[in-house]
Amino acid sequence: MDYRVEVFWKAELSDGRAEQLKSQVTNLGIAHLEKVSISDLYFLRGEVGPGEVDLLCRHLLADPVVQDYTWQRLEQDPPASRPGELALEVGLRPGITDSVADSLIRGAKILGVTLHQAATARRYIFYGQLTTADLQQIAREVLCNEIIHVYSLHPLKPPFAPPAEASDVVETVALRGASDEALEHISVARLLSLNVEEMKAIRRYFAALGRDPTDVELETLAQTWSEHCSHKTFRAMITYRGPEGETEQIDGLLKSYIRAATERLARPWVLSAFVDNAGVIAFDDQYELSFKVETHNHPSALEPFGGANTGVGGVVRDIIGVSARPIANTDVLCFGPQDLPPEAVPQGVLHPRRVSAGVIAGIEDYGNKMGIPTVNGAILYHPGYTGNPLVFCGCVGLAPRGSHPREPAPGDLCVVIGGRTGRDGLHGATFSSAELYHDTGETAGSVVQIGNPIVEKAVLDVVLQARDEGLYHAITDCGAGGLASAVGEMGQKIGVEVDLSTVPLKYPGLRPWEVWLSEAQERMVLAVPPEKLDRLKEICAGRDVELTVIGHFSGDEQLRLCHGVHIVGEIAMAFLHGGAPRLHLQAEWQPPHFSEPALDSGSDLTGELKRLLAWPGIASQEAVIRRYDHEVQGGTVIKPLVGQDGAGPSDAAVLKPLETGGWRGLAVSCGINPFYGLIDPYAMAWAVVDEALRNAVAVGADPDQVALLDNFSWGNPSLPDRLGGLVRAAQGCYDAALCYGAPFISGKDSLNNEFVDAEGRKTPIPPTLLISALAIVPDIRQAVTMDFKAPGSLVYLVGETRPELGGSAYYRLHGALGNSVPRPVPRSIETMRRLHQAMQAGLLAACHDCSEGGLGVAVAEMALAGGLGVTLELRAAPRSADLDGDVSLLFSESSGRFVVEVRPEKQRAFEELMAGLPWGCLGKTTGDGFFRLWGLNGRQIVQARVEELKSAWRGS
Amino acid sequence: MANRPKVLILHARGTNRDREAAAACELAGGAPEIVHVNQLRDGTRRLADYQMLVLPGGFSYGDDLGAGKLWSVDIGHLLRDEVTAFVASGKPVLGICNGFQALVKSGWLPGPPEEGVKATLTSNASARFECRWVWLKPDGHSPCVFTRGLDELIHCPVAHGEGRFVPADADTLAWLQKKRLIAVRYVKADGSPAGYPANPNGSLADIAGICNEQGNVFGLMPHPEDHIWPHQHPRWTRGERDGLGLALFENGIKYAAEL
Repeated sequence: MDYRVEVFWKAELSDGRAEQLKSQVTNLGIAHLEKVSISDLYFLRGEVGPGEVDLLCRHLLADPVVQDYTWQRLEQDPPASRPGELALEVGLRPGITDSVADSLIRGAKILGVTLHQAATARRYIFYGQLTTADLQQIAREVLCNEIIHVYSLHPLKPPFAPPAEASDVVETVALRGASDEALEHISVARLLSLNVEEMKAIRRYFAALGRDPTDVELETLAQTWSEHCSHKTFRAMITYRGPEGETEQIDGLLKSYIRAATERLARPWVLSAFVDNAGVIAFDDQYELSFKVETHNHPSALEPFGGANTGVGGVVRDIIGVSARPIANTDVLCFGPQDLPPEAVPQGVLHPRRVSAGVIAGIEDYGNKMGIPTVNGAILYHPGYTGNPLVFCGCVGLAPRGSHPREPAPGDLCVVIGGRTGRDGLHGATFSSAELYHDTGETAGSVVQIGNPIVEKAVLDVVLQARDEGLYHAITDCGAGGLASAVGEMGQKIGVEVDLSTVPLKYPGLRPWEVWLSEAQERMVLAVPPEKLDRLKEICAGRDVELTVIGHFSGDEQLRLCHGVHIVGEIAMAFLHGGAPRLHLQAEWQPPHFSEPALDSGSDLTGELKRLLAWPGIASQEAVIRRYDHEVQGGTVIKPLVGQDGAGPSDAAVLKPLETGGWRGLAVSCGINPFYGLIDPYAMAWAVVDEALRNAVAVGADPDQVALLDNFSWGNPSLPDRLGGLVRAAQGCYDAALCYGAPFISGKDSLNNEFVDAEGRKTPIPPTLLISALAIVPDIRQAVTMDFKAPGSLVYLVGETRPELGGSAYYRLHGALGNSVPRPVPRSIETMRRLHQAMQAGLLAACHDCSEGGLGVAVAEMALAGGLGVTLELRAAPRSADLDGDVSLLFSESSGRFVVEVRPEKQRAFEELMAGLPWGCLGKTTGDGFFRLWGLNGRQIVQARVEELKSAWRGS
Repeated sequence: MANRPKVLILHARGTNRDREAAAACELAGGAPEIVHVNQLRDGTRRLADYQMLVLPGGFSYGDDLGAGKLWSVDIGHLLRDEVTAFVASGKPVLGICNGFQALVKSGWLPGPPEEGVKATLTSNASARFECRWVWLKPDGHSPCVFTRGLDELIHCPVAHGEGRFVPADADTLAWLQKKRLIAVRYVKADGSPAGYPANPNGSLADIAGICNEQGNVFGLMPHPEDHIWPHQHPRWTRGERDGLGLALFENGIKYAAEL
């Protein structure tokens, strides 16, 4: 019997959700909405009677204090549209994970009611002069994403998963007789994203075996050789041609620059770099730290909530995959302008406001539910991200040193734990390696992944216990490419045999290749010695985590895939992992030239400063930060928001994990500036490495114990100009890493970030390099925050200011880009070492890095965070000879600069310590609440109440 | 403390602040053990063997069907007999955030559960999850064993999306006030009545936590376990120190030790 239950709010109580929806609808320009109410719908199927349905409503589905309910039996009493009522019903498409429905079935069982199926949906009732067209617009633009949702203006049919038959269909794909053209056609038709050389290599391999590949084999190879999994661009041989026509052969960007820096630096505290799921460094004698940052750009473009949600889930699994407990999350987001007029949004693209709302909600949901504090991040805006937003998700882990086993042994069982396998995310790896087309949303529905953080939390709890009891020889997560990638990599050296018919499915009907490639979330693969299996099963059972043995590690160096008794695929590991032809790519770099805008030195600098403080990208992100739990786990000693009333923007987070001894802590920070990348990717790399270190050092990290992660998000690397910029950025990474002594421990590239519109025009995103830093804070009691602490302190600028406004927030505020991008400052590392010494000696009351918005914004932030005024003379600022105006001094974004607060009694000690470095004492903090700056010619150029600056920055 | 009372920290699928609750109990002189609901269900652990019960924060069962709702089915149905006996014996029970939601939705708070559900914790007035530090004013004259004798304000974070306390009716609110069951209220830093954001969720009468009439069952939305040492304070770099959440645990453990 099927029932429909509707749970609604009691009329007299306000429902926050409804208020929110009302304002979203008003934002669409639909003016006549008077009121909206929301009810939850539940569809129940089972041999249950009315009494039992009523019991479920009372104890499970409705909150009796604030809600009422009605229910009806669908066979006897089908729901009908109520005349005159404007209503929308929105549910998940059948087959899309509905975790609430699963919980409902479990809860009902405890109450003694057995349900066969359940599904959830929402009903929205609108009051006011709305048309059907309005409702459809609301449905499409606010309430649902048709990739995962269905909506109806009439009562929904129960969205139960349709019955399906098990499938063991395996196709053989005729490659041997196929022409090169036909090979390309096969690659495109099957969404393999393999180029013709790769297809030919596959044809050769199977021709030598005297047979054609199965779809399972072809998909496995496409998957393993995808950009996402094998980083073929970063491993490619590149012929680079520079601006003067000089050419150079580059034997792989990763090997020549990123890894080369790490190898040359040979830091003893780097425990694992570029080998595991995450980079690993020593924390102290007992613990190690791991760090990984991933992108989830394309999934987030299509389904922002699900894309970002599973982006977090995926990077957290990378950390679980190095046997560590996740202790912090980071997120850096790049969106299109939030105020983009609707007509400027390309066809097939979600409005940037919708993308940002969904992404932020997705991050919030996963991180908060897993109990991982989200402690660091940034949000940037540029029109270039409208069709292709960027979502960088990072995770830091903590584990006892040496507790992560890495070697599966022949005879070990191949075990999957966690979520079940469905069609979720099929072709995610190959999809993420392709460009986004305006109709991608329609064709790529199956690539969408839906997360369930609670399953992942239970998996984490199992893994940590299994680790401590030594129950596995190797572990890895199922990410892009699913089991194919996870099992294929784990068995790379020894070989593995898997029976695909044993993999537990969410619903029947998946073909063997779909089972093998599915990117269903929350799954881990372990190599378990047979004698440890019973104990692992016991732990899993105790935490309601599903465990399945799907095969064993063989020792014959073959990947063998069976479905029951049939072999459906067999590939030599040597070919799978080493058979892809190496790419040869052309790169060319011609620096662009943007004209420098004329500056009006007589302009109203107080007004300019306020406008900058209110500028998206600089303005307070408090409304977002507070939606992320940054306190859970009890270790966040320097928080994302600091200062007198918790409104100041912290440079970085400092953590002191509960389980570690002593006072040692860690700092997590980042540096990113794609606007410099538009002008000069090499300079950008230096600038963002400097920024990541600056942020970490500003809160108390030791500049000589900083590990870096690189995340490149770039356009199509087969286009020489895009690749030329990428080469320049990688060269910048190498030079900067060596100069600062900071090794890279992990990285990831996301390429083909181009949006192709309906007319075929390609737009690449701005060249974007995110540098994330993980650093040691020797003693957290000496950590420093950026808020001014007391009136009467001395305010110093450390580091030289040069006229470098190219790409600056100030120029962009005026609609320009300019060319004078901040140049490298090799001695910046020396400044950082001395400031660190000053912190250890307790000489600094506050420290803040100068970045977007320059000196003006940095000092304003310190003042508004501390609730204190300042009186400063810009004449005292250390600056280059060619800097000659107040605007440059205030808003230039030169690297290597800090603003610090020093109490008068520490003045001498501080100045002695800074000897030989560029520094200047600009003035003092004041208790009168006024922000006053005097310019180079001695006249006052800025005067404002700190409260005014604060309201500009907070938008209040 | 010579006698370290055994504290059962109950872990349901999705619980995530259990380790912090355990750390707080340990620091307060207790001997905490994190125990999965399944271990009570299958009898490998017995609630009666412990002196104190903590239901910590997190997202039990994903907060599907409402925050703490499915966990309330565990303690209100699955484990009803054990919990009933535990509460009747006068031993202290503390629910934090998600644990508080489960205690309220199963009727243990304000209790007694036989009289049904008398209140709820529903979506914040802002309709958003919010993480921020709040000030709590304990009622030293409440029967609550956890706030007994406390008069200093407690400073600690909240991190929740469904923390708005709503009593079923005006009579319930009057009864809570009369019996002094409102053990902690949100206030401003100076102790004066809170508006948003000092009251972060729109709770009626600034109610942050309540206890039962006997005073041994207590729940609150904020996280006292996240302020048990001074460097967790959001403004310690400004030299500020304020009342630790640890005080609530110390009271509970002390009471448990004396039973």
